[in-house]
Amino acid sequence: MIETKNIIKGFDERIVINDVSTVLKAGRCNLIIGASGSGKTVLMKCMVGLFEPDKGEILYNGKNFTNMNRNERTEIRKEIGMLFQGSALFDSLTVEQNILFPLNMFTALNYKEKQKRVNEVLDRVNLKETNNKFPAELSGGMKKRVGIARAIVLNPKYLFCDEPNSGLDPQTSLVIDQLIKEITLEHNITTIVNTHDMNSVMEIGDFIIYMHQGKKEWEGTNKEIIYSKNKLLNEFIFASEFLKDAKEKRMLEGNLAN
Amino acid sequence: MTFFSEIGRYCLMFKGMFSKPENRKVYWKEFMRQCADIGVGAIGIVAIISVFMGAVSTLQTAYQLVSPLIPLSTIAQVVRDTVILEFAPTLVCIVLAGVVGSKIASELGNMRISEQIDALEIMGINSKTYLILPKIIAALLVIPILVIIATALGIFGGRMAGSMIGIISGYTFDHGLLDGFLPYNVFFALSKAYTFAFIISSISCFYGYYVQGGSLEIGKASTKAVVVSCILILLADYMLAALLL
Ligand SMILES: Nc1ncnc2c1ncn2[C@@H]1O[C@H](COP(=O)(O)OP(=O)(O)OP(=O)(O)O)[C@@H](O)[C@H]1O
Ligand SMILES: [Mg+2]
Repeated sequence: MIETKNIIKGFDERIVINDVSTVLKAGRCNLIIGASGSGKTVLMKCMVGLFEPDKGEILYNGKNFTNMNRNERTEIRKEIGMLFQGSALFDSLTVEQNILFPLNMFTALNYKEKQKRVNEVLDRVNLKETNNKFPAELSGGMKKRVGIARAIVLNPKYLFCDEPNSGLDPQTSLVIDQLIKEITLEHNITTIVNTHDMNSVMEIGDFIIYMHQGKKEWEGTNKEIIYSKNKLLNEFIFASEFLKDAKEKRMLEGNLAN
Repeated sequence: MTFFSEIGRYCLMFKGMFSKPENRKVYWKEFMRQCADIGVGAIGIVAIISVFMGAVSTLQTAYQLVSPLIPLSTIAQVVRDTVILEFAPTLVCIVLAGVVGSKIASELGNMRISEQIDALEIMGINSKTYLILPKIIAALLVIPILVIIATALGIFGGRMAGSMIGIISGYTFDHGLLDGFLPYNVFFALSKAYTFAFIISSISCFYGYYVQGGSLEIGKASTKAVVVSCILILLADYMLAALLL
């Protein structure tokens, strides 16, 4: 379980994350949604310690991550897998070497076992036969899938995905969403996904946080989201054609703000 | 102000750099890769400039020493000492600042911009230890070797040019080489090589590792790495000469 308490983070006087507190659900897909620039990436990076919050605390299973020293953090980070917005694959390594990297660094498996594990995860993300390609030779969606494969190769407890389906076609997006959902359930991982894609929200959002200009405006499940009374959230979710039907339905019922 | 905070950050880089490797084998591999990168990447250009700088210094020394009172073998002595003392360490390292420094800075800068450094951190790897330490140690090992090779090739180039144009025969040249040779000069050259190797690798790691912004900044960072390395090399060159000679 991950908990954030009153996180505040600014860059040069400008506050980007403003007092965000929430408890993310263990073993579920937690989504952080919001418009571009609303602070999703910064919030996620605060959670994993790539940015230090100016104020507030991050708790992993009740343990305060914020004031841990490097070694204690390393222990927690070994349980974290992360997919970055731009995939962040190592350019100089092939797909296989990218996925082998955490295995080489942190496990004592022999060559055969490592190879087996690499093929397992590549198979899991439906990418066979790409072992010897370099990241530059892959498409955006393939890179994201390799990124996921690398993130899950050590069986993490926590999986962070920053915009797993930005820049992908709707079909590939769906595949990746499904993949994240399945992996989460299969291994009982606590997953945190940044997205502004309403498809994903409805597909995989067990628990959703809506960010607006650095503030948490709303939180709840994907069942509740279309019935929320929050005006900003309604504007955000009903901007999508995908939910036009739901919008019309609510217009008819006459309970949509504005 | 920014000047001092840059120096502060440069020092902090070293503080965070010395931690226990997560896995010796992976670090060793990375170290070997860096050695190969620096060595193989630079040996060609180093060889070319060394041969030519030796050749040119023979010709110019001969041109300046016109008096019949001075024995021809003096040319070899002068060439030997300039190559050992100044040309091989300083000139080669200035070139290496361009070749190796810009490569290191842009490699790290690219890793920073594309979040690969963050990815390392998330895996629980100390990115400073993994990325910077092997580069600095590799440079400290390989650059002095390159300088020694450059010295040999420089003197060889000088000898070749001398006998090819007919200024000084190979035999006289060899004779001059051994005349009044001071082993201390080699020690001095190596001290310079180690100092410059450290400057080149640490400065370019520093500018690359701390890149902020977009891909434009990578270009700026690598230019800055080269310029600052060159200036510091020349400064250190002067100071070492004042201290050790
Ligand atoms: N390193 C940084 N330095 C200064 N400001 C930053 C930095 N990173 C982010 N910001 C600012 O923080 C705000 C939130 O950025 P963030 O990247 O979290 O947005 P986001 O919600 O992830 O957007 P997107 O959906 O486009 O990825 C932006 O206004 C951005 O300018
Ligand atoms: Mg983002």
